[in-house]
Amino acid sequence: MPAPVLPTSIDTRSPDFLARRDAMQGLLEQMDALMRQAALGGGPAAQERHRSRGKLPVRERISLLLDPDSPFLEISPLAGYYTDYAVGGGMVCGIGVVEGTECVILGNDPTDLGGAMTGVSIRKLMRALELARQNRLPYVQFVESAGGDLRGIGAGDDPEAVMRRNLTHFAESGRMFHDITELSALGIPTVSVVFGSSTAGGAYQPGLSDYNIFVKGGAKVFLGGPPLVKVATGEDAGDEELGGAEMHASVSGLADYLAEDERHAIRMARDVIGHLGWRKAGPGPSDADPDPPRWDPEELLGIMPADLRSPVDAREVIARVVDGSRFEEFKPRYGSTLVTGWARVHGFQVGVLANNGVLFSDSAQKAAQFIQLCNQTSTPLVFLQHITGYMVGRDYERGGIVKHGSQMINALSNSTVPHITVILGASYGAGNYGMGGRAFDTRFVFLWPTAKIAIMGPKQMAGVMSIVRREQAARRGRPVDEDTEAALTAAVEEFAEAQSLGLYATGRVVDDGMIDPRDTRTVLAMALSACHSAPVQGAAGFGVFRL
Amino acid sequence: MIRTLLVANRGEIARRVFRTAALMGIRTVAVYSEGDRHMPHVAEADRAVALPGRDAAATYLDIEALLAAAVESGVDAVHPGYGFLSENAGFARAVIAAGLTWVGPPPEVIDAMGDKLAAKRLMEAAGVPVLPTWDPDGSAGDTIDFPVLVKATAGGGGKGMRVVSARDELPEAVAAARRESRAAFGDDRVFLERLVTSARHVEIQVLADDHGHTIHCFERECSIQRRHQKIIEEAPSPALAPDLRERMGSAAVAAARAVGYRSAGTVEFVLEPDGHFWFLEVNTRLQVEHPVTEAVTGLDLVREQLRIADGEPISVSPPDLAMVGHAIEVRLYAEDPANGFLPATGTLVDFRPAPAPAVRWDSGVETGSQVGVEFDPMLAKVISHAPTRAEAAGRLALALERSCIRGVRTNRDFLVNVLRSPEFLAGDTTTDFIGRVGPALDRSPSAGDRSLAATAACLALRHLSRLSTPVLRSLPAGWRNSVMPAERVELRSGESDLVVEYRSGRDGEVEFAIGDWSAVVTGAAAVATRAAGAGNGNRLDVFFEAEGQAHRFDVVVHGSRVYAQGPAGDLAFEVLPRFPAPAGAVPEGGLVAPMPGRVLTVDVESGQAVETGRLLMVIEAMKMEHRVTAPYDGRVAEIRAGAGDQVSGGDLLVVLEAAEGSAS
Repeated sequence: MPAPVLPTSIDTRSPDFLARRDAMQGLLEQMDALMRQAALGGGPAAQERHRSRGKLPVRERISLLLDPDSPFLEISPLAGYYTDYAVGGGMVCGIGVVEGTECVILGNDPTDLGGAMTGVSIRKLMRALELARQNRLPYVQFVESAGGDLRGIGAGDDPEAVMRRNLTHFAESGRMFHDITELSALGIPTVSVVFGSSTAGGAYQPGLSDYNIFVKGGAKVFLGGPPLVKVATGEDAGDEELGGAEMHASVSGLADYLAEDERHAIRMARDVIGHLGWRKAGPGPSDADPDPPRWDPEELLGIMPADLRSPVDAREVIARVVDGSRFEEFKPRYGSTLVTGWARVHGFQVGVLANNGVLFSDSAQKAAQFIQLCNQTSTPLVFLQHITGYMVGRDYERGGIVKHGSQMINALSNSTVPHITVILGASYGAGNYGMGGRAFDTRFVFLWPTAKIAIMGPKQMAGVMSIVRREQAARRGRPVDEDTEAALTAAVEEFAEAQSLGLYATGRVVDDGMIDPRDTRTVLAMALSACHSAPVQGAAGFGVFRL
Repeated sequence: MIRTLLVANRGEIARRVFRTAALMGIRTVAVYSEGDRHMPHVAEADRAVALPGRDAAATYLDIEALLAAAVESGVDAVHPGYGFLSENAGFARAVIAAGLTWVGPPPEVIDAMGDKLAAKRLMEAAGVPVLPTWDPDGSAGDTIDFPVLVKATAGGGGKGMRVVSARDELPEAVAAARRESRAAFGDDRVFLERLVTSARHVEIQVLADDHGHTIHCFERECSIQRRHQKIIEEAPSPALAPDLRERMGSAAVAAARAVGYRSAGTVEFVLEPDGHFWFLEVNTRLQVEHPVTEAVTGLDLVREQLRIADGEPISVSPPDLAMVGHAIEVRLYAEDPANGFLPATGTLVDFRPAPAPAVRWDSGVETGSQVGVEFDPMLAKVISHAPTRAEAAGRLALALERSCIRGVRTNRDFLVNVLRSPEFLAGDTTTDFIGRVGPALDRSPSAGDRSLAATAACLALRHLSRLSTPVLRSLPAGWRNSVMPAERVELRSGESDLVVEYRSGRDGEVEFAIGDWSAVVTGAAAVATRAAGAGNGNRLDVFFEAEGQAHRFDVVVHGSRVYAQGPAGDLAFEVLPRFPAPAGAVPEGGLVAPMPGRVLTVDVESGQAVETGRLLMVIEAMKMEHRVTAPYDGRVAEIRAGAGDQVSGGDLLVVLEAAEGSAS
């Protein structure tokens, strides 16, 4: 007996709906423009230069690797947005199907800074390795990188300021080598296809891979290039002798496969994945021929309000994402600001937790119970976030909101089923944590263009800061200039708002990418299917719940 | 009374005879060669007897084996069909000697008519007009009126026939005709006959029984021929007025009576534009084109044959016979019109006559059948019958257009072009029709139609790739959340390569771009209906809308080949590999076998300099000789086949180095 079909009360002709849809379309236009920009990597001229050398752009390489007509989920396509680096971060990462096997695919984009490793691309690389590790997905990397970004400071930069602000350090970067070899130890095959430079530290990328495919005339893999060798030992040696594909295939043994050209190399990578005979460890979908949602996903565009304080019925979103719009709701009358229940997405059974308002003690306790139930049956969880936080105030503190919120976070932290989060709108404070935030080993986090992520709402932030300033002034006996204070408050709010925007977060690779709301169902299915490549196993025990 | 009938034949004619036999309550026995084990004629008989061997000589031409099959299966009659032993008096005698009924004319008549030259003398004596003939060795001196036709004395079906327009061509043509005739009939006698040009081939169907009745069932016109073989036949002839019909009919009856004919037979004439007609020969068998007579007269000629063989009288008398409407038959051949109509071979990946408009299909094959080199490459005869000639031609053309025939090249499109040509529709049909009118050899669809067919092909491939994927099967095909390159498929269609690029959008929208052509396709649906034939082929009904029009294609995907049939015809695409292998399989300057066959002679030596047109090799296939000549001046670098070698179509025969300045 299938679960009941959710009803809908959306009026697609109402001014409210149309206004929300228009606003969403505006945000999507911005997102799509950035996607097009990212696809150009280092720009049209660099693309042309790359092609004129007989080389394929990274996206064409990836397309050729994929099974024809299969779906491809790019991870963090807008990484690097609102940074000093190009949108995309000089690297393409995604989950795609190769010879019927879902793989994590990562490729340097040599048109952007020669594929050099930057703060953005390293984050993307580390994320790719994490995706492979957590989801037990074979890992394929297309290497063509100038190496570390050695550019020091630019003209006009204050060296001291740059140094003081920079909290990353070279010493961290070794982790990428640790993680790739860890994959192999976990039984997750790693394949490196070297199209171009992979030198110095980069040489260990193939060095630590299970399978290496080098492109003749393209691959250059050595610890030290001709200039360094000359300086270090006085030896005169050319690129090809030091690290050419033919040398590695026939002399050093670093290359396992010698490809005649790029296409040949990609074909070899497909053959390698094909011979793995990969079997997914999860149970897979329960329904091979799922129904599409009863209600049109197109209508997801008109659900989220521009002002995130307006209420939204989370069931309207669920109804446009899950199979047949069927949803078996759990405890609908208790803790009603959190909707919980079971549904399927492309046949994958999931437990859904969706915000329908602020989290209270009862809704937090309901979440804790629901998470435990899903662990009991090894059912993955989907979080649909639109949350301003846990309720504050005297009554709520006295009622134990901290205790109950902690129960929810305890259940979440110790849950071992895959968690996938979609941030639809607000994602503030502990609400972000409790609803499957990135920091809680969530397998995948995606953002709608309406997402806003911050420690608190910009207005609250500005208001709190204003109160703190007034208190300070009062302690010091200084008068408050109301005009200055108002201007400052407005500036703080504006800054907080800008910093809370989803695009800002996605530029920093703290999620897996911004998606079109209409793609939510497809994205969830790809993420769930990836999760099912690893065993799907609920927790046997949780931390001590503070009751 | 005939209770069980063996048909000493194969393919469509065996099935044709079985059908009538069954209607008459007669049990049937089939015979089959090793290669024919899975052919439909074997399945349709009540019993089937294997003839050990693959080629005709060891099977359908082996009198002993056939008689053994007849005796073993306890039949009381043998029908020879057409071709093979149908006009072999020795076989007829052997059947009769075994105490069985021979469904055909008496052996003496076959003998008398089998010698084409002797038959002409006999007819001349009976007052039937005949064409002048000459001795092939030129002993008649300078009196030969060129052009002439070299004909096999024992001939038929165009085999051993050559047109010679000048004396110096005579020796080679006679030699070739002799070789062919020897191979086909075991008799190398040939003669020369005045070549009648701009003439029509008109033949009269006759029936004669043991009760003194000899009647004619009107004419058939069979002027549309290629390589001296009929490909389109009709009744009535557009050239016959009632009085000419009556005169030719009477001449045919006189001819039949003169030889003491019995059973169904055909008296062939050549009809000149001025109304003069000349006797050609008597075919002492059922003709391939007999259905057009059946269609317009309502007779079942096989039934008449069986009744006459059984001693019954003909079932009708002339006053009751009339022609109603117009019937046209085409012979659907496995052959390549673009390659000189040479026979084609392969697996019929798909063979589905169109359900409408209704026409008669007499076919010997079905989906999955193998078309080999051993036997005649006719796949089916297709017959339309309509109130008028124009309707019959149009209906037949449409039925052919709508049918699905894949895996082996056929003359289908060529036949359609003939049927739709103004010359044919005007009744301007003479034996030189094809050379004179030059109908297009294929459908040559427009670039737009080709693009639509390629779109359908790609939608089918996309559907199949989604069906076969082990993961994420229910997700939208080719879904992307970022800007990625379009899906790219390269298709080879004839000589041209198409690069198809497409992107999947929301709600099943797909943007296609093929060269300058582009379209947004909506509502795309592909339904895989069933496996198509041998191997792992798939048949799909593909539907889509583009630019306000609905398009429906019948698509078969078989290995790397995709066939997409729409209103503009059936296009075959070769899906080029995504990851092409290194090139260079055929050396530059390599001449390959145009068809499967046997090398008869190698006419050059390695290292020899040759001029354009120089004969390099002769290949025999389907008992026809094919000359491999130098396409340009050069030097023979390598010879890869020797006399007697069996070669497959596409095999490398000769490597020719182009002479300097000669375009290769």
